[in-house]
Amino acid sequence: MNHWLDILDVTDIPKLGARVVRHGSLDIAVFRNAEDEIFALEDRCPHKGGPLSQGIVHGKKVTCPLHSWNIELDSGCAVAPDVGCAREFPIKIEAGRVFLDLAAVEQAAA
Amino acid sequence: MDMSTPSGSGMNPGPKMKLVMVGNGMAGVRTLEELLKHAPEMYDITVFGAEPHPNYNRILLSPVLAGEQTVDDIILNPLDWYAEHNITLHKGKKVVKIDRTARKVVADDGTEAGYDRLLLATGSDPFILPVPGKELPGVIAFRDIADVDAMISAASTYKHAVVIGGGLLGLEAANGLMKRGMDVSVVHIGPWLMERQLDEPAARLLQKSLEAKGMKFLLQKQTAELVAGSDGRVAAIKFKDGDEAPADLVVMAVGIRPNSALAESAGIHCNRGIVVTDTLQTVTDPRVYSIGECAAHRGIAYGLVAPLFEQAKVAANHLAHFGIGRYEGSVTSTKLKVTGIDLFSAGDFMGGEGTESILYSDPIGGVYKKLVIKDNKLVGGVMYGDTVDGAWYFSLLRDGKDVTELRDHLMFGQDHCGNLGHQGINKAAAMTDDMEVCGCNGVCKGDIVKAIREKGLFTLEDVRKHTKASSSCGSCTGLVEQILAVTAGGDYSAAPTKKSMCGCTDHTHEEVRAAIRQHKYLSIPEVQQAMEWQTPNGCASCRPALNYYLLSTWPGEVEDDPQSRFINERAHANIQKDGTYSVIPRMWGGETTPSELKRIAIVAEKYNIPTVKVTGGQRIDLLGVKKEDLPKVWADLDMPSGHAYGKALRTVKTCVGSEWCRFGTQNSTQMGIDLEKTFFKMWAPHKVKLAVSGCPRNCAEVAIKDVGVIGVDSGWEIYVGGNGGIKTEVAQFLVKVKTADEVLEYSGAFLQLYREEARYLDRTVHYLERVGLDYVKKKVLDDEAGRRALYERLIFALSVEKDPWVERAKEGKLKHEFETVVA
Repeated sequence: MNHWLDILDVTDIPKLGARVVRHGSLDIAVFRNAEDEIFALEDRCPHKGGPLSQGIVHGKKVTCPLHSWNIELDSGCAVAPDVGCAREFPIKIEAGRVFLDLAAVEQAAA
Repeated sequence: MDMSTPSGSGMNPGPKMKLVMVGNGMAGVRTLEELLKHAPEMYDITVFGAEPHPNYNRILLSPVLAGEQTVDDIILNPLDWYAEHNITLHKGKKVVKIDRTARKVVADDGTEAGYDRLLLATGSDPFILPVPGKELPGVIAFRDIADVDAMISAASTYKHAVVIGGGLLGLEAANGLMKRGMDVSVVHIGPWLMERQLDEPAARLLQKSLEAKGMKFLLQKQTAELVAGSDGRVAAIKFKDGDEAPADLVVMAVGIRPNSALAESAGIHCNRGIVVTDTLQTVTDPRVYSIGECAAHRGIAYGLVAPLFEQAKVAANHLAHFGIGRYEGSVTSTKLKVTGIDLFSAGDFMGGEGTESILYSDPIGGVYKKLVIKDNKLVGGVMYGDTVDGAWYFSLLRDGKDVTELRDHLMFGQDHCGNLGHQGINKAAAMTDDMEVCGCNGVCKGDIVKAIREKGLFTLEDVRKHTKASSSCGSCTGLVEQILAVTAGGDYSAAPTKKSMCGCTDHTHEEVRAAIRQHKYLSIPEVQQAMEWQTPNGCASCRPALNYYLLSTWPGEVEDDPQSRFINERAHANIQKDGTYSVIPRMWGGETTPSELKRIAIVAEKYNIPTVKVTGGQRIDLLGVKKEDLPKVWADLDMPSGHAYGKALRTVKTCVGSEWCRFGTQNSTQMGIDLEKTFFKMWAPHKVKLAVSGCPRNCAEVAIKDVGVIGVDSGWEIYVGGNGGIKTEVAQFLVKVKTADEVLEYSGAFLQLYREEARYLDRTVHYLERVGLDYVKKKVLDDEAGRRALYERLIFALSVEKDPWVERAKEGKLKHEFETVVA
């Protein structure tokens, strides 16, 4: 049984940018920073549900396009003093491909 | 919970350095808090405090005395905080000796602590008048919790209180004692109260309203002696003129002086305070720092919170081997914390040679205002009774803004300088907790008060971060500052920090722009590296600014960085609250055709677009478009981008003009179309709106546009810097010209000047406010060759831009932006 969902190439994501990966009705934002680190978060800001995938990526953070909350990419949590977390998804990278943990995705989509 | 990585100290895994702090007050502890943010693992920290309390908010002793708050309310760092950060706290121990050779301090009980770095934050001592009887029981100062306790207990047994000193502190003490039921007289040597903060008329009003509350005043009285009663406690005060008054409690509030005795005994240079450099190190020993009321920086020992916190930041940065911050002094302002009395003063409020004053006086209504102007700049002011504009005046003063153009309205405050966007309420103290302060973010007074109390906030920036109040349009800033003053203690003021672009850099917008031009930087990483950005790749506020500065400085040579554009400019449509987008195609001069309208109708049906709306800018808005549909929508519309999503040329609004209108004098529609086609695709520091009216009836509302053109019989009048947003601003007359070509050239030259010189996110009105209309006239009207050159630079910059919708709909540019991966 395959536990990993093969989604895209690292190079499909612009540096300091994101792509939206849709699984059923669940949107996941997959980010790439300047160091080519990849992060996956549910595409919903903990504040008012803004699409984080559309924000500006800097360091290990993304700024939500709706009200400028800063979200830590590795934890999904808002930078203080704002409080709240977006769901994060485990990923792995093999030979330049990005994989999402299927169980976590299924659980979130349910 | 993940562990945060220590920054700054990451390089040094060896034994920790030892930091000892003498004094456990607000400035010192704030330094530790800042230090722990930067380098939590760098030092073993030991703190000595003479008082038996953890750090508390000394500014709020007055409300505690007045019974409005309790001691627990004003504790800033409970004992847990020290434990949590592994700080050794010796409270109730006074350091009596510094051994700079052995690098250790010794306390009065013999406790010793060695240091690698020493921070002296010993604060100040009250000044005690050297009169006979000054040691009698019942004679105290007003400095710490012990003094407050003594006053509260005296108030329960005795009747007559005398406060010596009619300054800020004295009046707050008198007010508190009065509220505790005592009969209070204030003795003051000067001719009027608070002469360091108020002029005579304002002080008289203050005195009148305090007298109405029951306070008594003995002005121009010099204390000769304090007399004991039969029980040995103070019973009366005698003056040099022979008068006498009963006194069961005497509070000396005649001033403070820096507590530098300890430093002096260790051979550290002191001169009205411990003399420090711009990095808050003592001039004698660079291992020894000093901050707060004990430190003399450039000859000034500050006593207000904001400058001290500014010092704390710099000292902490330096202790953390982090950054190159320097403290360069502060301008301060004052508010009195007596409930029901509204008073504000700042700068040189007395005026004198070479200054002019604008006065407003309504003694019956209890309002007095005085503004002092020198060389067309506001240099000081006093306000009594109505202080809502204090913060605004203070910012004008601090920034040294030219107020020539504001002068006529200056006295009536910011609202009368054209703020129609947001009415709001003016008196913070009179507001109930459920009243809304910030209309943009829906923040009520109670939310702000709660955040200030619970999180220990002191500055406007803190309040903005935690509550979002005043962080959007900013029109409630004055009100938020008032609430801050009432809640946290009013001694806030801001240091005249030069405005850096954002937290990623110390450089200002102007410095960055100049460097881009001078060194011909062509990419964002190049700028960030050369100018030593403090973050790996900037943030959401500096990156778009840098991208614009690069593009506008080197058009045709710099490549646009879509990842540094806000989403609207990356997707070329406006993001909506549900994550869908809105599309506004361009309609030149507000004119459309049946064929365009048909295409819009077909697109709206084909893509199930839920809302179709006519905009204020004479165009049609399609709202609720899915992102993946955008390129197809653009292709089917086959109309140019309206740039309604960008810091760019938006609409050119027109009236029908002489073609149809019986009053029209000029063909305003054609003029509008020509302007719009000429400046199409123009990126700018902020959005740019134009309008053209065909006669002075002005149906196109040119007075609130960045560039407005009015046709008259003999030609065209051009107005600039209008704004219809948060703050309504009427455009100013720039010039009258004869031909349509001149309209293009003069408008274009003005817009190019704005594009080259304004700070990112400044509208034309803000740019004009900063440089003045005369400067623009010099560049655009007087210098003919300069005007041409400006215009040509604009035309060149526009010639290399393409219609972004065409590029994406027909040429497949940046396809990934609009594609969702389905997995």
